[in-house]
Amino acid sequence: MERLTPVEQKAPGRWQVATVAAIKPETPQVKSFRLQVPMWMALADGEVSPYFHDVVVEGDQVEVRGPFTSYFVWRGESPVLLVGGGSGVVPLMCMMRHRRLTMPELPMRLVYSVRKADDVIYADELDGDTVLTFTREPPGDWSGHTGHIDADLIAEAGVDSGIGFVCGSNAFVETASQLLLDAGFDPQQIRTERFGPTG
Amino acid sequence: MNGFISRGFGGHRRVPEELADRLPPGQYVESGFPVLTAGPTPKVDTADWTFRVDGMVGQERKWTWEEFGQLPFEDVPCDIHCVTKWSKLGTTFRGVPVDVLLDAAEPLGSYAVQYSYGGYTTNLPIEDLMDGKAWVVTEHEGEPLPREHGGPARMLVPHLYFWKSAKWVAGLRVMDHDEPGFWEERGYHEYGDPWKEQRYWND
Repeated sequence: MERLTPVEQKAPGRWQVATVAAIKPETPQVKSFRLQVPMWMALADGEVSPYFHDVVVEGDQVEVRGPFTSYFVWRGESPVLLVGGGSGVVPLMCMMRHRRLTMPELPMRLVYSVRKADDVIYADELDGDTVLTFTREPPGDWSGHTGHIDADLIAEAGVDSGIGFVCGSNAFVETASQLLLDAGFDPQQIRTERFGPTG
Repeated sequence: MNGFISRGFGGHRRVPEELADRLPPGQYVESGFPVLTAGPTPKVDTADWTFRVDGMVGQERKWTWEEFGQLPFEDVPCDIHCVTKWSKLGTTFRGVPVDVLLDAAEPLGSYAVQYSYGGYTTNLPIEDLMDGKAWVVTEHEGEPLPREHGGPARMLVPHLYFWKSAKWVAGLRVMDHDEPGFWEERGYHEYGDPWKEQRYWND
């Protein structure tokens, strides 16, 4: 059994109060919310995201419950390869931030696939540890990668062992997790989170 | 929660009235078939596939794909409920009742763990696999079960949340005690009754 974090030990699955500490427009379609929760930082998503998008203002208190499970969680394993498609980057950025704050020397790379310039979430946080690719319309002055993720892009990230976290649409995750297997990752060390479209 | 309410939160999605009594609390109707898997999708060739019943049994049993195909299959129309809150209503699988498999092995314990190619496990009382409540299915809506949905064969236990229906199932281990499976160790409920909303450890 995996070791539980202090928060999980303290309050597995219990309701807690969070405060919306900051709201930041990321793209025309995406806002990010910073929630302050005692001993816990996370983003709610899914059913409630329209509520967050349209209603919540800074200073609001919201009810949150969790964390529910302890699976798509990075616990300092190394090296780390993160692969995100579209808004699938969100949980991965939490890992990037945690690493930046706590163990900046630890090898962690992010491969991030978006359709067009407007879709880049966390644009001002992406640094040399990110390999970004545009699948449809790159910005006019873009000289970096274009097209869907492939073996070359994974190779450029330079992590071929350790632990992999993959998040995105189902099709994206199928492709990306296969690329990680091909690159040599142990299947037990590839963790995935998927969202629609549904099959 | 001391009467605290998130300002402006509108609550749950609307449910069509004619379906309301088929939808467990907190669920919404999904017409598609979402894929939720914790890791890469395993590739299991039917030439290599076997299904086993082992552990505390009178006689361990193992079927190859070909042998399994000789067992009595039946259509299973059912509603399925995922703990992530979607429910798919009126969908049909085809497979072998688990009763047939257990009867052949003479189970001696009160619990079972389903185990899968790729390492997934999920636990449940053995009576939840008996009396026409569970199947090992190889078809969905008349087609071979797609790989991303657990093909070539998955467990189907529609009266529990769908994580209790292991994809890429390789066998059942009969036990004399309840032992948490993959998600059950990671915060999900030990039993998982959707009508009691048994989603997480404290539910």
